[in-house]
Amino acid sequence: MSVASAKRAAKSTTRPGGTLYRGHEGMWSWVLHRITGVAIFFFLLVHILDTAVVRISPEAYNAVISSYQNPLMGIGEIGLVGAIVFHALNGLRIIAIDYWRKGVKYQRPMFWTVIGVWVVLMAAFIPRQIIVIISEVQG
Amino acid sequence: MTTIATPRSPYARSPRRGVNWEKAGWLYMRISGVILVVLILGHLFVNLMLGEGVKGIDFAFVAGKWASPFWQVWDVLMLWLALIHGANGMRTIVNDYATTRGMRVTLKTFIGISAVGLILLGTLVATTFDPCPQVSVDQLHLLPSFCPPQ
Repeated sequence: MSVASAKRAAKSTTRPGGTLYRGHEGMWSWVLHRITGVAIFFFLLVHILDTAVVRISPEAYNAVISSYQNPLMGIGEIGLVGAIVFHALNGLRIIAIDYWRKGVKYQRPMFWTVIGVWVVLMAAFIPRQIIVIISEVQG
Repeated sequence: MTTIATPRSPYARSPRRGVNWEKAGWLYMRISGVILVVLILGHLFVNLMLGEGVKGIDFAFVAGKWASPFWQVWDVLMLWLALIHGANGMRTIVNDYATTRGMRVTLKTFIGISAVGLILLGTLVATTFDPCPQVSVDQLHLLPSFCPPQ
């Protein structure tokens, strides 16, 4: 590299070519994928244990599952579903990047597609869940 | 004495022996991921969107689902695929962030034990489940309506 082109490269604020995980949507989708993945993993551990109580007695299972049926956990479930839906959709985006010929080229619009579909699915779930939460409060 | 390759010699991979487990894991994440999208989104839709949502979940609800082999297979498949997927993801994260060998081995041992333990527990629960167990009189009303009178 000549001195002149090296100076140009140092001044340039555009992303270097061929980076998928450095900055912008590529990086933040990776960060979100990790955070949601870890959160889902720990929920899964708890969820298998709470479901296992179904094998002990009907009374014991109903007691355990009722701890999910209050407004605080109801809001937590919105967070959980949001994490799962993002992880699922972004996972499909990752597969497209790996296997689709034009996957890397379109990774950025695919990220915003993931966000768009996420918004649509959450717009379907959140009102439903709020109705459930209100009916829990009213008993 | 170590020898270095002749300059400009073409890159050659060092010969590998046996199964490439890292590649198998990479592939597993993608294959199980696609199946889990269907299984988990279906699970969420049936349990949280239909009926009364999470408010409607109780022993009778689970018994109603697991009285059918369809949901037993669905849930056991989901259990195995999701826990192995999650444990492998956690393994990757530990490899990335745990700086000492001791810490990596410790954390991955915990991950492995919890994954194997919970897979066995969950499979046992879902396959040996009785939707109409013998219960005391005060718990009879908690059973699903299709159970024969005791």
